[in-house]
Amino acid sequence: MRHLLSTRDLSRDEAIQILDVAEDMADVANREVKKLPTLRGKTVINLFFEDSTRTRTSFELAAKRLSADLVNFSAKGSSVSKGESLKDTAQTLAAVGADAVVIRHASSGAPQTLATSGWIDAAVLNAGDGTHEHPTQALLDAFTMRRRLHGAASRGKSLDGLTVTIVGDILHSRVARSNVWLLDTLGATVRLVAPATLLPADISTWPVTAGFDLDDAVDADPDVVMMLRIQAERMHAAFFPNAREYSRQWGLGDERLARLRPDTMVMHPGPMNRGLEISANAADSSRSTVLEQVANGVSVRMAVLYLLLSGSAEL
Amino acid sequence: MTARTVLQPADITRALTRISHEILESNRGGENLIILGIPTRGVALAHRIGAILESIEPGSGRVGELDVTMYRDDLAGQPTRAPARTHIPAGGIDGTTVVLVDDVLYSGRTIRAALDALGDHGRPRAVRLAVLVDRGHRELPIRADFVGKNLPTSADERIRVRLTEIDGIEEVTIES
Repeated sequence: MRHLLSTRDLSRDEAIQILDVAEDMADVANREVKKLPTLRGKTVINLFFEDSTRTRTSFELAAKRLSADLVNFSAKGSSVSKGESLKDTAQTLAAVGADAVVIRHASSGAPQTLATSGWIDAAVLNAGDGTHEHPTQALLDAFTMRRRLHGAASRGKSLDGLTVTIVGDILHSRVARSNVWLLDTLGATVRLVAPATLLPADISTWPVTAGFDLDDAVDADPDVVMMLRIQAERMHAAFFPNAREYSRQWGLGDERLARLRPDTMVMHPGPMNRGLEISANAADSSRSTVLEQVANGVSVRMAVLYLLLSGSAEL
Repeated sequence: MTARTVLQPADITRALTRISHEILESNRGGENLIILGIPTRGVALAHRIGAILESIEPGSGRVGELDVTMYRDDLAGQPTRAPARTHIPAGGIDGTTVVLVDDVLYSGRTIRAALDALGDHGRPRAVRLAVLVDRGHRELPIRADFVGKNLPTSADERIRVRLTEIDGIEEVTIES
């Protein structure tokens, strides 16, 4: 594995290996010294063209726990706001000796361009590109599911037989896309629920079943319900009449929460719009994995950085 | 390639029994003792030593696992290594005597990595090293306190330790 651009090109063995290494990384957080010397002398650059708190912080912590040097580079307040192109920015980073570039960009495919253009030799990690993919989020979601299911005996296990319902703005969601490919690879069954206006046109080619009715999906007794954020910044057209109607039809409110099994996982990639796609009770219930997802994010990103930056050959 | 068996199952058991007694002797009993195996085969050996210690002096066989992958000095320039599990017995290693267990002592670099890893888990009172086979060719100032068998080898020979728990058979061979 040279870059991590998409969960679509991960094989089942590679995906399970990343999750297994993440298990070992998770143990580091419980130690006296929460640091490993493994990536000493490597430089990781966080290149964020879009706002982010948890992903950027998570990558930063992951790199630092592995003793890599990390530089944060955000588009605001940098030369990008003066009109520098992606190519020039990338070459600047290459010139200062970056070993890995973690990139978030509003344009789908920007990480792919960076990885394949020949501008830099650094490993490229996609931290979210447009409406395309957000692979580390999907990996940490799968890791969280696996840990809830198998606890300490998670190593080596897949997600065979798990049923996952993803609800909300599928059309604009890179989290949904990355999750669909990864969950399918790991053997889970995925069902998507969204307003008709927020389902992509090519949904029939995805390895999922899709529907419009959340109540049907809740009654189908899923193992995992993943709520997606309504992304106000991408709502350029009227995809649904108003927030209240969305919340009533596609929000995980108290009444739907009560119909789920006590051990059904309620997931949300964050940041949450409480009261819109998820009620406060759902977000704070014992079913909710939201905080575990954040904690696991660091472990999964440590695993990915380790696998990309140490060693010289294939994964 | 020829393979010559140097330790039979009974030899391995005798060596581990002797090492266990030596550990108890040098520690003056089984107090504050932790046996940490280095994956992969060191872990199996550590569990065997733990069981023998337990049979001699109940309560003395606390066993854990210490993965050293992330501390190795040869990570670059080799295929990516998958790390293994680290498990420190409850109570931690502070103030204890830790006995590291590995199958073969060669360059000493694995043990160097293990000492670094150990330092991130706490501060033991003393660290000892037990190995089934010492084959020489040290590259660092490291020696074993408890040795199953000293096997002078040349650098192009290969020592293979096979244990029932992992390999299904039990033997130590020299391949050249």
